[in-house]
Amino acid sequence: MYAQMIKTAHSGVHKREDMTPEERAFQDKIDNDIKIEPRDWMPDDYRATLIRQIGQHAHSEVVGQLPEGNWITRAPTLERKAILLAKVQDEAGHGLYLYSAAETLGESRDELVRLLHEGRMKYSSIFNYPTLNWADIGAVGWLVDGAAIVNQVALQRTSYGPYSRAMIRICKEESFHARQGYHAIMKMAFGTPEQKKQAQDAVNRLWFPAIMMFGPSDADSTHSEQSMAWKIKVKSNDELRQQFVDQTVPQIEYLGLDLPDPGIKWNEERGHYDFSDPDWSEFFDVIKGNGPCNVDRMKDRVTAWEDGAWVRDGLLAHAEKKAARKVAAE
Amino acid sequence: MTVDKNLLLQFLLRQGDNTLILGHRVSEWCGHSPVLEEDIALANTALDLIGQTQMWLGYAAEVQGEGKTADDLAFLRDAWDFRNVLLTELPNGDFGQTLMRQFLFDAFQSVLMGRLMSSSDETVAAIAAKTSKEVAYHVERSADTVVGLGDGTEESHARMQAALDFLWPYVGEMFESDETDAAMAAAGIAPDPASLRAEYDALVARVLAEATLTLPEGRYAHKGGRTGRMHTEHLGHLLAQMQWLQRAYPGCEW
Repeated sequence: MYAQMIKTAHSGVHKREDMTPEERAFQDKIDNDIKIEPRDWMPDDYRATLIRQIGQHAHSEVVGQLPEGNWITRAPTLERKAILLAKVQDEAGHGLYLYSAAETLGESRDELVRLLHEGRMKYSSIFNYPTLNWADIGAVGWLVDGAAIVNQVALQRTSYGPYSRAMIRICKEESFHARQGYHAIMKMAFGTPEQKKQAQDAVNRLWFPAIMMFGPSDADSTHSEQSMAWKIKVKSNDELRQQFVDQTVPQIEYLGLDLPDPGIKWNEERGHYDFSDPDWSEFFDVIKGNGPCNVDRMKDRVTAWEDGAWVRDGLLAHAEKKAARKVAAE
Repeated sequence: MTVDKNLLLQFLLRQGDNTLILGHRVSEWCGHSPVLEEDIALANTALDLIGQTQMWLGYAAEVQGEGKTADDLAFLRDAWDFRNVLLTELPNGDFGQTLMRQFLFDAFQSVLMGRLMSSSDETVAAIAAKTSKEVAYHVERSADTVVGLGDGTEESHARMQAALDFLWPYVGEMFESDETDAAMAAAGIAPDPASLRAEYDALVARVLAEATLTLPEGRYAHKGGRTGRMHTEHLGHLLAQMQWLQRAYPGCEW
């Protein structure tokens, strides 16, 4: 899941009796699971909220290249290197679909990138954590993409057509990512004692950041209600987090690794695992820019954009000259 | 006609090391390119090159017959055992230099792979057949980008000309011939590289003209990579990074 803390642009859930006829027709479509398409009428707040959510998701895909890219040149085998390259290429591709989905709402990619670089838009908190050993690459695929899938599978049913379709496509690739990640960490967990130590270290460091990806507890998520009514959000943060914990704990046990949280315990009565709350003050610090890698990630992205200006300008100038020559020839 | 196994091995290492080292260089761009489409294209190019490496070095290991794998050859040889041309190990420089290097290499590969498809060695022919499809779109893309940037703004033109001037002295090495090449040519496994030069020059001249760039006059060629006699200082650093895990934790499965 790559969108967190999305403020719904509104003031309280609209009651049916307060809606205009247009709003009512719009809400009826959503309630009947009819997708909203780019040319359809939609409330300004719905549009603004979606732009924030899709934009943040797109930025996360793009920034998400960096922690994984950190290990491409050090991947231990040709096959692992090829898999990682394919995965990072997919992430960049997801960024493209998502920026395109945002464009259907009238917001350009350049504008979204500008807002990111000015610090006015965010990307997922998870990418502000470092990848320190090779097992982290397995753990990122397994835990981070695993958490993303839990959210994105739900979002396939989101009300906005282009976003929903992007999610369907993205989910297919993400499940390959999660599988390869689990396979990579399995090799480590079942490998030499030194490899197992790296796998344990990766799980210990990434567990809480991964479960933070779902955002704060529902009780503290003031903006969820309208997004749920609009089916921009389909399940609550806590529901998704529980689903992720339930599917992941047996996988950690299978690897023979210690659980990264002493609070993890099967609760017979609930039929779910109990687990400890992450340190939410850390989450808010990371969101505010104080995570271990925020400064590096933004510096990398801004530098890439600024250093690449001459390339974009050059290619644009050439395309214009070519078009002009074509016109002159006709 | 049988060919000296060691010479065939040298030939295969030259192919596989070129794609491995260039693939590594291209992969260094991950997440740092000028525009998202280029991030995708660069990762895709690196991925193709690594895939080609698996085939070339896989076959090299088989010919060597010492029970080694492509990974052993990639991760456990020292710099003097590498047989890539110097062009591929040069640092990326700016995006223009990276794409110019790519074009100069892709153009060579496109000519060479076309010939290798009819190699007398079935495995070489099969690898070339698969590779040539990838090489065809690599050269199309790198040529388009060289043209776009050469014929773009004043700044992009100047940067591309500087990249060409810097890289051109590394082109000649690709056409060097030695006893390995003579043996490959005699066995019908691969053409003598010198015989590819005219076709290469014609392709490069056409693209550079469209890019409004001037071909440097000098024909001086830096050499030493494909014979292993003398690599640049850059290769050691590249290998230190690439081989680190395998060296630090020997004998593991990954």
